[in-house]
Amino acid sequence: MDAASIGWLALPLAILGGAIRVSTPFIFVSIGELITEKSGRINLGLEGTLMLGAMAGYGISYLSGSPWLGVLSAGLAGMAFGLLHGLLCSVKRVNDTAIGISLIVLGTGLAFFLGKPLIEPKAPPLPSIALGFWSSVPQVRAALDVNALFFVGIALAFAVYVFLNRTGWGLMLRTVGDSEEAARALGFPVLRVRIIATMAGGFLAGVGGSFLSLSYPGSWSEGLSSGQGIMAVALVIFARWRSINALGASLLFGGAGALGPALQGIGVTGYYYLFNAAPYVLTLAIMVASTSRAAPFADAPGELKLHR
Amino acid sequence: MSVPQVELKNMTKRFGANLALNNVSLPIRSGTVHALLGENGAGKSTLVKCLVGFYHPDEGHIQVDGREHRLNSPKDADALGIGMVYQHFTLVPSMTVAQNLVVSSATLPAYINWQSELKRLARVTRKLPFHVPLDVRVSQLSAGEKQKAEIVKQLYLGRKLLILDEPTSVLTPAEADEVLGHVRSLTRTGALSAILISHKFREVRRFADDVTVLRRGASVRTGAVADLTDDALAEAMIGEPVSKMVQHAPKLPPKPNVVLSIRDLCANGDNGLPAVKDLSLEVRAGEIVGIAGVSGNGQLELVEAMMGQRDRNGTIAVSGSSFNGTRKEIARLGVYGLPQEPLKNACIDRMSLAENLALRNFDRVPLCRGIAMNYRALAEQAERLVAQFRVKAPGLNASMSALSGGNVQRAVLARELTQDVRLLVASNPTFGLDFVACEETYRRILEARNGGAAVLLISEDLDELLGLVDRLLVMSGGRIVHEVSAEGADKRVIGKYMAGMKAA
Repeated sequence: MDAASIGWLALPLAILGGAIRVSTPFIFVSIGELITEKSGRINLGLEGTLMLGAMAGYGISYLSGSPWLGVLSAGLAGMAFGLLHGLLCSVKRVNDTAIGISLIVLGTGLAFFLGKPLIEPKAPPLPSIALGFWSSVPQVRAALDVNALFFVGIALAFAVYVFLNRTGWGLMLRTVGDSEEAARALGFPVLRVRIIATMAGGFLAGVGGSFLSLSYPGSWSEGLSSGQGIMAVALVIFARWRSINALGASLLFGGAGALGPALQGIGVTGYYYLFNAAPYVLTLAIMVASTSRAAPFADAPGELKLHR
Repeated sequence: MSVPQVELKNMTKRFGANLALNNVSLPIRSGTVHALLGENGAGKSTLVKCLVGFYHPDEGHIQVDGREHRLNSPKDADALGIGMVYQHFTLVPSMTVAQNLVVSSATLPAYINWQSELKRLARVTRKLPFHVPLDVRVSQLSAGEKQKAEIVKQLYLGRKLLILDEPTSVLTPAEADEVLGHVRSLTRTGALSAILISHKFREVRRFADDVTVLRRGASVRTGAVADLTDDALAEAMIGEPVSKMVQHAPKLPPKPNVVLSIRDLCANGDNGLPAVKDLSLEVRAGEIVGIAGVSGNGQLELVEAMMGQRDRNGTIAVSGSSFNGTRKEIARLGVYGLPQEPLKNACIDRMSLAENLALRNFDRVPLCRGIAMNYRALAEQAERLVAQFRVKAPGLNASMSALSGGNVQRAVLARELTQDVRLLVASNPTFGLDFVACEETYRRILEARNGGAAVLLISEDLDELLGLVDRLLVMSGGRIVHEVSAEGADKRVIGKYMAGMKAA
């Protein structure tokens, strides 16, 4: 069987492959954001964390020769940023939205500055698992060449589900995010829980960032992220603060993001930029739909104060 | 299992220059209900918050079974078996009752097997006098059920001293009797002691053994309830002999003309679900129509929809013309209001007293000239109103938030009732006010009625309503379910309708 004979099937295959690839950072960032929001805070700074993670992951992988060490240090860099956000927001009358936006600027700025020497060298990339080994069709093999982090992400979504619903700590996190008054009455350390939740969210966003630079084609550049960190916030709302939903939503966003390149791949080059805008249009549509005045909004953690 | 003897000794607590507690002692005999009476701001909450470890007293200490204890956090109170049911519930709304119980236990379980956990919880709670469904989200429970769930939680945690902060303010009379009756009988068996914070004499008399009255942070009276008369308690509370409740002005027959007419009104709550359902009512000139109901049955949404603050369907007419709450209509039709928490809902707290007094007419002559304000006229008006309504304030230019609750209310009364009022909408107008300010509010509302205005009074306090209204409607689940004239009103029947036990 040769490549030409699969005809129009190339399109869904390209979208599938693209969806898996593009969705991976979304999975990590959105689940990280979900954990943070469940504690009653919004961290808008994950876009900055993402870039910092991409840079740190690439740099450490290059210096140490181990991409997994790169992933870990990307997570730690993100965690440090989460700690910064968590601490700053614990000061009275500091607004988490404003801190988040300043962290976007700080994170991307820091990543660009420290990443200058990383543009040239080649760091070892993350391994991928060739699930398409059974097929001789190159498009199938390309689509099913799945990065290992994708599977970590899927496992993560289920682990977070169990954590939030079946562990005492998970219930404590939800209590803190839903009603600060209740949490205080129960004697929970509200600030500590929020800081730890923001750090966990930062760690995952950092890991998501390392995927950007360490997966195929594997390079560091300043244009790596195209707003995934910001879109993750919309994604969490769309997922109604449920981790399994967040996984599905990430795949949907990934598919939308892969639409443009996939169409280009089969030769449809018209409207390339229009199709590339699909994830942004989706974000906008979701924000409009989920802030409707009439729709019930019972799933949002109470302390986010999203009502009104 | 013995119930400890808890005693608070010589407690003093300052917030800045403000002396919130002044050398207060409170002995709670084991196996009794001790009532804590006092007006808002008398120090009741501060005192019990010291007892649950929220505040740390500057002086004084807490003794449990004769031994002194320092309570640094709610965890310490927990360890001593002291628990509090807050007025604003502290159950997590998005979690089920079972999840709330699990998360409240002293040690958080690492992994929860819900199947066996639910069986265990059902076994434990079956022995308690209250029944609440375990697998229902708290946000779907009624106020009465939430209250019961709070108490179940405390008993499940093995609390020996239960503090109830105004527990019946969200309950129907029948629910209140049931809840307090159970607490009372538990104390009788020696399983529990309780502190009951209240301002209702009836509850204190019926369910408490001892009573302590606080006024301005000091304990002014303490003793067995049986030894004290209601008059003595009231006098201790307000610090002066009680003047009799406002006499009902001789009732005039209502005029035939309908002022407010609401037809098939529907409105949604903040959560997007219907809160007011096909509601119709009429209020005539010269009558006070009351709306009774347990908090959260659509009263708030009704008022907001009526005043144009909330999207709605249906028709609202004032004196025959349609009313949407625009500034023009308010002035032309004479619609004014007394909302609850006036500082928040009727004032702009950072503006001055004089400016707040002008909110209704700053855009009319003589307060404005073209687009410019006439500050002299504004000051004159403020001076006149402050004198007429005896508003006590540091000055006309003091910011509104510097005034006490009673004086904010007087300022709002002055602003609203000196207009040409043809329809007055008052919603919980005395919530959180002291005795004197309440009396004054009642008097002004009756005056407005006697002056020919139509008054719609929404209140969660049934006694307040029965003392003022000419006609009473009961609201439950977003509908009017009962109507009765003031003469024919029977509290027990009304309570049943409030609880939604009878369908319309």
